[in-house]
Amino acid sequence: MSLVLNSVSLSRGGEIHLDDVSLRFDRGGLTTVLGRTLSGKTTLLRAIAGLQETDRGTLTRDGEPFGTLPAWKRDVAMVYQQFINYPHLSVFENVAFPLRKRKVAESEVGHRVRSVLDVVGLAAFGERKPSQLSGGQQQRVALARALVRKAGVLLLDEPLVNLDYKLREQLREEFRGLLASQADATVIYNTTEPAEAMMLGDRLVVMHEGRVLQAGVPTAVFDRPASALVARIVTDPPMTIVAGTLDGGRVLFEGGLALDAPGLLAAMPPGRYRFGIRANEIEPVDGGGIAGRVTFGEVSGSETFLHVETMLGEAVVQLEGVHRVEPGRQIGLSFAPERLFVFAAQGEGALLHAPGHGEG
Amino acid sequence: MATIHLEQVGHSYGSAVYALEKTDILFEDGKTYALLGPSGCGKTTMLNVISGLLYPSDGRVIVGGKDVTRMPTAKRNIAQVFQFPVIYQSKTVYENLAFPLRCRGWDKARIAPRVAEIAELLGLTARLGQSARRLTADEKQLVSLGRGLVRNDVSALLMDEPLTVIDPHMKFDLRRRIKQASDKTRHTVVYVTHDQNEAMTFADEVLVMSAGRVVQRGTPQQLFESPCNRYVGNFIGSPGMNFLSVERDGDRLLWQGFPVFSDERVGRLAPGAELMVGIRPEHVAFAKDGVTGIPAVVQGVQHHGNVDVIDAVIGSERLKVKARSSLAVRDGPLRIVLPVERTRLYVDGTLLF
Repeated sequence: MSLVLNSVSLSRGGEIHLDDVSLRFDRGGLTTVLGRTLSGKTTLLRAIAGLQETDRGTLTRDGEPFGTLPAWKRDVAMVYQQFINYPHLSVFENVAFPLRKRKVAESEVGHRVRSVLDVVGLAAFGERKPSQLSGGQQQRVALARALVRKAGVLLLDEPLVNLDYKLREQLREEFRGLLASQADATVIYNTTEPAEAMMLGDRLVVMHEGRVLQAGVPTAVFDRPASALVARIVTDPPMTIVAGTLDGGRVLFEGGLALDAPGLLAAMPPGRYRFGIRANEIEPVDGGGIAGRVTFGEVSGSETFLHVETMLGEAVVQLEGVHRVEPGRQIGLSFAPERLFVFAAQGEGALLHAPGHGEG
Repeated sequence: MATIHLEQVGHSYGSAVYALEKTDILFEDGKTYALLGPSGCGKTTMLNVISGLLYPSDGRVIVGGKDVTRMPTAKRNIAQVFQFPVIYQSKTVYENLAFPLRCRGWDKARIAPRVAEIAELLGLTARLGQSARRLTADEKQLVSLGRGLVRNDVSALLMDEPLTVIDPHMKFDLRRRIKQASDKTRHTVVYVTHDQNEAMTFADEVLVMSAGRVVQRGTPQQLFESPCNRYVGNFIGSPGMNFLSVERDGDRLLWQGFPVFSDERVGRLAPGAELMVGIRPEHVAFAKDGVTGIPAVVQGVQHHGNVDVIDAVIGSERLKVKARSSLAVRDGPLRIVLPVERTRLYVDGTLLF
């Protein structure tokens, strides 16, 4: 039992928003859709909700045609980036609104609204107006209004992106619990943040320029990204990717660095490739290493990301903890060649080799 | 550029409650400061006292040795960047950046290279001839900032949540450009934000504020490694610091019956105090062979990509442990160690050492 998109395409004004998208969303699971801005994520949700007509392809739900139904018959609830609530209604009435519109009996309305307000932690705020709440609470009201309907399909379009950092962290942790009451629903959650997509999704779909690049279990996609492009999208801070050649036992990077290739790499046919290394696999070393100059250091949560100019191009290094590294500082970098990903030199760079968990 | 001294400054908007409690703060010349806290913490009040938008009900504001407490904003020689870009829509980017210099009577020959230099710093060189109206929101905000940076005579540059209206996905790039530009120009910068990452990335020193008070002042590294209380420990870092209730046993501290800390200062603590140790999730280690460690049960693992966050249960307490994903234990029992050099002691909620 599931929602299935088969070869769905959608263009507007000469721009392609969805390009031959085929996906299957199972009931009772949460799928995160990860992609940068304009990757087609929002259009995908709008097409499923019936807010935007598709040009080609079919949508079915539990085998029944779905794409031809008008939006109001689709049994779909949606939550947006912005906190959208009715400002003149109390929190309680905001959440009750979709039930009243569907003429649900008054006794049931009270019961369902109270139970859902309890789930989102707003039981004490029913009488308030949305403007009297914090941003995080306002977004919980919007979420509660979507949850109360117990719709078969729940669509969430970057629901946490406009929240403060700590609130986002807290709601992310709570999210799976908030959805526990929707065990039968098909839930699709859009995000641009890899960590959010990884931690929330039972399944992960990676989109780019209207196309589905890869779909699968999040850890599997992360460990074996289908291409260099997918690797960049699912890795934050971005993976450092460098062109080079492999010749028997040696990796020769553009820019001049040469390394001895570890076993599996040495066995690959000689030729041009792209090599990728994740930021947490690169380490600063005292003396020696690949010479680099720090251009920018940024703190993200409990980590420090250093952007470093090297002979290989810009490399991104992830340090545990908070550190002050002045721009302009010269540092040496090192990584274990066993941790290299190898991608094809052409096109989006199909994955040819991924390091295993046991290696390096 | 100048030193800013808030001398016993406090402010109340008329009620008995002080929006900014009386405090003495020195902002050193040429350094970047962040005022960090949730809305209502007093950070904007403090900024407005510095800029002169607000005359404080108590104390004096000294800028560059001069008392400016009752001086209007226009006379304070301060550049400001607000949440919303302030630019002349009808002028080109060049004219916008040149305007503050023209007002100060600079001649054209001096203006051109200075504008070119600032445009280069902010990555606006290609936009110089364009009408400001046609810029994107983040480019407009860069022009606002450029109008502040272009003057080399300002005593301070004040920024009030300059990234608030920027699309979340554009913030990284803008953050990087603002940081690089302000590092190069070395103005005294006071930057107000509610965003930890912004504050910790930008500032030489962060002032964490709550309920009208500066709770802790320090470098980003100090705030991360030695937060002064639970509030800062939770607020800084992601996930926040673990705080564990401990009991005293002579010079030792026991957590769930396991010794986690030993120091003669523990023995000298007054009896009856509430004792906690704080340890960051990334500093919790796994016991190596030959070390007993503390047995923990894994209750859940969140895969974040490069790192995993493990929810562990020890006795009646929970603990978050952060580990590199390739090393992480997927489930089952764990043996953990709290490294002493990373463990902080809190007495009645306040950092002791």
